[in-house]
Amino acid sequence: MKNSIAILLVLAFGFFLVHILQLYHTQETLNKTATYYNTNTPAEVGAANVVTAIVVTYRGLDTLGEVTVLFLTAMILGYILRQGGKEKVTKNNTSEILITAANVLIPGSIVLGVYVFINGHLTPGGGFQGGAIIGTAITLMILANPMRTIREGLLHMVESISGFFYVLIGLAGLLFAGGFLDNRILPLGTLGDLFSAGAIPLIYSLIGLKVGTEISSIIANINETGNNTVKL
Amino acid sequence: METFELITLIILAVVMIISAVMAVLSKEMPLAILASGAISLLASIFFLVLASPDVAMTEAAIGAGLTTFLFFIILRKTDQNKTENEK
Repeated sequence: MKNSIAILLVLAFGFFLVHILQLYHTQETLNKTATYYNTNTPAEVGAANVVTAIVVTYRGLDTLGEVTVLFLTAMILGYILRQGGKEKVTKNNTSEILITAANVLIPGSIVLGVYVFINGHLTPGGGFQGGAIIGTAITLMILANPMRTIREGLLHMVESISGFFYVLIGLAGLLFAGGFLDNRILPLGTLGDLFSAGAIPLIYSLIGLKVGTEISSIIANINETGNNTVKL
Repeated sequence: METFELITLIILAVVMIISAVMAVLSKEMPLAILASGAISLLASIFFLVLASPDVAMTEAAIGAGLTTFLFFIILRKTDQNKTENEK
């Protein structure tokens, strides 16, 4: 009985999905908003990557909200996991293959992450992707050697400072340029240069540091949480 | 789209569905985790073909990298707790 209801629901969902798929047709031309972004980005923002221009400048406030959500997640997870008590990992039964592979991969991935967020305005990717790559490198580090102590105070300091300066740059845009998080507080430069697009490289580097340290501190918290029952 | 490209994409999609089924049905936990990572990796190739490299990068970094490693850390932690309780 229960299964037949589930099958009916799935079939109904599939029917509507097929219906929507039949309505879909590929657009040959860009719509009005996309055309605006495509034609005006080089002159207004100076970023070669239009996606970055939209994420950091045109929709900068949404990105600030996104960063805030991630910050809150890290805080709440830290609070809940702290209830489990602290426990040092005492034994390390990681295989030699994983340790060696991690030692080879970690420096490269951290450099790749930094490259991705510094070049966010030129190449695909940006602060979130670069931060996630750095977070992955730290996760691999903890996976390979769970006894390693992560200096969480340093992580929190880097995170707070980058968040603070992100908002400060936004306010500077309000004072010296067109509005909150306007990137024209610095000269736009030539399109395609590393030092171009105003404050975008700066903002994306701060976001990258913030996301990377947040993910790292979440993973470090999970790794060090003890066995006590979590009470909410 | 050329026929060769289309055939490659269809093969990738079939592999993706197989790994999804494997992630759900596999009794071996590490195999299930690797299968779910493979879904993200293949999905990021699809995003790249659909001309959205930014999304492809996010999918590869978070779905294939971070989540897989996180699952392995959690798996080791739960395994440790299990063996300690059995003692």
